[in-house]
Amino acid sequence: MKLEVITLKINGRLHPVALAPNVTLLTALRDLGYTDVKCGCEQGDCGACAVLLNGEAVNSCLVLAWQADGAEVTTSAGLGTAEHPHPLQVAFADTGAIQCGYCTPGLIITSKALLDRNAHPDEAAIRDAISGNLCRCTGYGHIIQAVQTAAERLAEGKTPSAGGAQ
Amino acid sequence: MSRYTAKPLPHVDLPELRQVGKPLRRVDAMGKAVGTTVYAGDFSMPRMLHAKVFRSAHAAARIVRLDVSRARALPGVACVLTSADIPMAKLVSDIPGQTGQQQRAGSEVPVLAIDQVRYYGEPIALVAAETLDVAERALSLIEVEYAPAAGVFDPVEALRPGAPVIHPPDNAVARWRIHKGDLDAGFAEADVIVENTFRVPYQEHAFLEPEAGVAWVDERGVVNIRVSTQVVEHFRSIARAVGVPENKIRIQGTMVGGGFGGKEDITVEIYLALLAKHTQRPVKLVYTREESMVAHSKRHPYIIKHRTGVKKNGRITAAKIDVLSDSGPYPYLSPYVLLYTAVMAAGPYRVDNVSVEAVTAATNNPFTSAFRGFGGPQACFAYEQQMNAIAGKLGMDPLELRRINYLHTGDTTPTGQVIETAAWLEETATRAMEALGDKTPANGVVKVGQGFSSFYQSYGRIMWLHDTSQAWVGMELDGTVTIRAGVPDLGAGQVNSLCQIAAEVLGVPLERVSIYSTDSATTPLSGTSTATRQLYMSGNATLLAANTVRRALLDRASKHFEEAPENLDLAEGRVFVKSDPAQSMPVADLAKKCASEGIHLANLAMFKAPFVDPIDPETGQGRVFPDFTFGSYAVEVAVDTESGQVQVLKAAACHDVGRAINRAAAEGQIAGGGMQGLGYALIEDLIVKEGVIQTPSLAEYLIPTSMDFPTTRVIILESGTGVGPFGAKGIGEPSLTPVGPAVAAAVADAIGVHIHELPLTPERVLAAMDRARKS
Repeated sequence: MKLEVITLKINGRLHPVALAPNVTLLTALRDLGYTDVKCGCEQGDCGACAVLLNGEAVNSCLVLAWQADGAEVTTSAGLGTAEHPHPLQVAFADTGAIQCGYCTPGLIITSKALLDRNAHPDEAAIRDAISGNLCRCTGYGHIIQAVQTAAERLAEGKTPSAGGAQ
Repeated sequence: MSRYTAKPLPHVDLPELRQVGKPLRRVDAMGKAVGTTVYAGDFSMPRMLHAKVFRSAHAAARIVRLDVSRARALPGVACVLTSADIPMAKLVSDIPGQTGQQQRAGSEVPVLAIDQVRYYGEPIALVAAETLDVAERALSLIEVEYAPAAGVFDPVEALRPGAPVIHPPDNAVARWRIHKGDLDAGFAEADVIVENTFRVPYQEHAFLEPEAGVAWVDERGVVNIRVSTQVVEHFRSIARAVGVPENKIRIQGTMVGGGFGGKEDITVEIYLALLAKHTQRPVKLVYTREESMVAHSKRHPYIIKHRTGVKKNGRITAAKIDVLSDSGPYPYLSPYVLLYTAVMAAGPYRVDNVSVEAVTAATNNPFTSAFRGFGGPQACFAYEQQMNAIAGKLGMDPLELRRINYLHTGDTTPTGQVIETAAWLEETATRAMEALGDKTPANGVVKVGQGFSSFYQSYGRIMWLHDTSQAWVGMELDGTVTIRAGVPDLGAGQVNSLCQIAAEVLGVPLERVSIYSTDSATTPLSGTSTATRQLYMSGNATLLAANTVRRALLDRASKHFEEAPENLDLAEGRVFVKSDPAQSMPVADLAKKCASEGIHLANLAMFKAPFVDPIDPETGQGRVFPDFTFGSYAVEVAVDTESGQVQVLKAAACHDVGRAINRAAAEGQIAGGGMQGLGYALIEDLIVKEGVIQTPSLAEYLIPTSMDFPTTRVIILESGTGVGPFGAKGIGEPSLTPVGPAVAAAVADAIGVHIHELPLTPERVLAAMDRARKS
């Protein structure tokens, strides 16, 4: 298949890449080393591969890389690092929202998109927002708590520590 | 007001601990939160090949012709393997890494099918190519001609004379018999006899991370396999299948993206080892979701028949229980899963006259093996529904009936094993029901019901497997602590618990503890992350090792402070005199003193579970498990009597965990197990036709989303009586066990009809209501 050079802008970094038209954004991201974007089903059922595309949460397995040419792509690793984590990442780590962790990057991305449009979501709004992200470990309760905690901390403008919750 | 009132708990004197029991941030959490944890499929190497598996399109067939020449000739293909290339490659499908392996018909699984396929998706050939695209194209060039054979797809049929035999001599893969007391006398004594048949379906693990790994041969000729697995010890059977010594296979386990038993049997690692050895290049293999669902085991479907004799006063006098499960075409862990079901078949009740006959049958259906609960949830669905049926027959309250029969500490199980630790059954049942609160009012055609179930479930392995675990704990010169233990972490917090235990014993903050785990070459073998055994086994091994280091530290400190070691303590990175904490020194200074004087501040400990002989094969009498976890689950449902739809309104779990090592993690296990159990009870429906899974995706096989069920309210009780560290019991698997029958009980409470088969789909609910109306 014909390759075309496109520019993927991922977490603020520019990547000119030659890709065939049938390559998904998920595959392109993982091949470029953005392995925090997880592959769980490749058909939009599980949400593990969610990224922000120009600020909207999408399943990157359902987006062709060509469609993301020039767009802003943000993965969960683009939100924060171990030294400077995003409040959502801290809240997920502290509330027991992470067990096996495989669904976590997608859930953090979906939660980020939610908090960007609704700074104070109630439980129903959170459940609705994350309904496309499957988690097989937690039963979702701790995840909902984590999103609420992060929302509170963001509203208070607190910068959470990278250290433990104790 | 709840129907039941919880009585105060017996007094428990649990010493306050500094780190253990606290909901600390798990040591693995931040790496997963920011995406730096490198899972098995996230890892790549230079010159790496990509592998695919060619699988059978038939559930039962002879392979008449297999031609891989066109695939081999495709440019970019490095290697194609069939059974002809690896004639010795067989795996023992049995409990791995133990000395007491049993040999039985079909327990040797060919890595690639030899002349015959026995299930849909059975591996036939392996391909390794320069790119994934080329590997996929190569699969399409493999030519195979099948001669379809008669298959058997029903375990009942499989045991009938004349059924196609999967492995000679017959399809009865394993049997267990348990006989205690005098069954005839027990039934003669009964006022009422209740008989029922219960059916439970397949369940798919649906871990979010499909099976994955990378293997390479290093400069010493060692085959390294970096893989997502629950069992590092598979390196032994892989070595045998590949034809190299055991010390030439290294398993580097990764953080597992969910296991639940589905990564307990060997998955991709054997294919990776063979391809890496044959190509001498790194090879990567990652399953797609569909391949994952076809390639790994399922929870066993069962048919369980109960015949129970009971006095009018509610006392059970006799129980005859017949158990049949579908093992699929190879035994894998079916014989052991069956044993668990048989041992727990009568439930947490005192039954003096009991007979259990259990058999697992070979079929051409998907193979079945371990899944969280390991035969326990199936047993529980049957015994708890049977208890409710008995209560109905006697016109007795379900809790009252149970209260009369519940096991207590000191009672014996059907195998004659004495319950040695707390057996908080009524305590957990009343608390779980109380947590539901008032029943939500019914609304027209929507009826509301509440129900509960109680259970017991083992933690730790079958004792005649002679289980051991090792852990190494050492203190560095700066006072930080290092642990080495071969424990696979499935996300349940396995490695964190060990860190929290070492932090407690050595008095350092949790962030000062670092763990290396899951590596057959560089971490001491800790055994499998299965059987809810890691906290019990490796927790105790870590406790032993950490205590040895602690003693060395305090002995040296005792000279410095001129105080007896028992008058000293370690906390917050300091050693201090208990009666005068101002007299203290940083533990780093103490560690340096020890190092300069040659005092060993590291220890490799082995914890051995008590060893016993196997149960008597005729009577099933003997000790089977180290201990049991007891608990209860309660549910409130609304049933739409027009559509049959069951909506869960409230759910609560109450378990005695012995002692929570990390409270948030223990809650997470219980809430997560609750959700998996609700899925099993209501929506998870693996449809299999003539051995072929009809629902091989997460769009067809539905697991709970955030919208389907409420979060289980968790009530943790701590009796402190468990055989794990600090009195802990196990909770990983037990958390799922009681959910199914609690849902069925709540549905029965709502609509007055007992449904003896899962899942409780709208169709099944409506059909049951129809039958009830007609009869």
